[in-house]
Amino acid sequence: MAVKTKTEHVYDLLEEVKDPEIPVLSIRDLGILRNVSVADDGIVSVIITPTYSGCPAMDTIEQDIKKTLTEAGFEIKVTTKISPAWTTDWMTEEGREKLEEYGIAPPAESTADKASLLGKPKVVRCPRCKSEDTSLISQFGSTACKALYRCDDCLETFDYFKCI
Amino acid sequence: MTKEEALYEYLIRLGDNALVLGQRLGEWCGQAHQLESDIAMTNVALDLVGQARMLLTEAGEVEGKGRSEDDLAFHRNEFEFRNNLLVEMANGDFGQTITRQFFFDCFYFHFLQALKASKSEFLQSFALKSIKEVTYHRELSTDFMIRLGDGTDESHKKMQDAVNLLWEYTGELFEMTEADEILMAEGLVPDLNEIKVLWEKDVMAVLEKATLTVPDTKGYMATGSRKGHHSEYLGYILAEMQYLPRMMPDAKW
Repeated sequence: MAVKTKTEHVYDLLEEVKDPEIPVLSIRDLGILRNVSVADDGIVSVIITPTYSGCPAMDTIEQDIKKTLTEAGFEIKVTTKISPAWTTDWMTEEGREKLEEYGIAPPAESTADKASLLGKPKVVRCPRCKSEDTSLISQFGSTACKALYRCDDCLETFDYFKCI
Repeated sequence: MTKEEALYEYLIRLGDNALVLGQRLGEWCGQAHQLESDIAMTNVALDLVGQARMLLTEAGEVEGKGRSEDDLAFHRNEFEFRNNLLVEMANGDFGQTITRQFFFDCFYFHFLQALKASKSEFLQSFALKSIKEVTYHRELSTDFMIRLGDGTDESHKKMQDAVNLLWEYTGELFEMTEADEILMAEGLVPDLNEIKVLWEKDVMAVLEKATLTVPDTKGYMATGSRKGHHSEYLGYILAEMQYLPRMMPDAKW
């Protein structure tokens, strides 16, 4: 039986740290968790990056990481880095699926897509009825990372996780 | 002036712009004409305050006197602030807020694009992060300029009044000081004369679509903030923003 390394163990524990605004997504699903390393003296170093500069969830996330790992007996250090800048491309496939199930449309395409580069309107699918007949109400939604859309079929409004 | 002093001045200039404009936009919370605009204004405010935190933290480190972001935000007086006059102007009506935002966003967008090439690791990372946010801000203010400028007689008049009022505060965005010269020579910051050319092209194209015109100020442009000379507005902004931390300097949150 393979024995888990300390780093793998930390990653497993951090699966339990969720985004406080979107509690179905772990910080790993979101791509906020950038790296975990264990130094020779046993201190665990965790690197995180904010989605948006002013994201008010970052302080809570940092506290949650500290609490989770300290309770598991680790001595830890959390560092916030802004470079390279967070992008929706870092969101895992699993994260995108969970997001849609939760009722938030996941980022429509990779920021590296041609359509995105050329500024063509993106197709955003309604997370409820899956219709692609939707329209933008506002580029700014309930949190910095989301825009507000309306489904023109089922007429429900929904959040869309913006591509950045 | 040493390189560190120049960098400190530059960082608080950027940090104060983000902080003061963020504070101004925050005043719209619960006040805008529709929920979407209310949320948009406060979202932009949130991005700007987040940027201000990074910039002022870095400024404190460069200065090396142990001052934190909070010390710089809440324990400096008007004459120590280096934000542009434009961002401290009153919110006025929604059209005036949008016009102020539009002039600033166009400047900030082109400035950050150029700052991506900075040889400073911090400034480069900051630019790469912030440009993603500012791209959305600029889209929002540009849309509203056109929609309201080329809208009803009433909205057009309000937008033209706002342009007439704020135009003279735009020249100062591009003023350069000794700090600029020192940092430009090191390849750390862009030449604001080049940003001005891009800004004018951008602004004029949108104003034309919005059926708005630029007032003839006979070459006059307001000035002062690079030396810490501000309008009366800034004192009131700071009084509100700094009240709590000054009243209870040991408070933690």
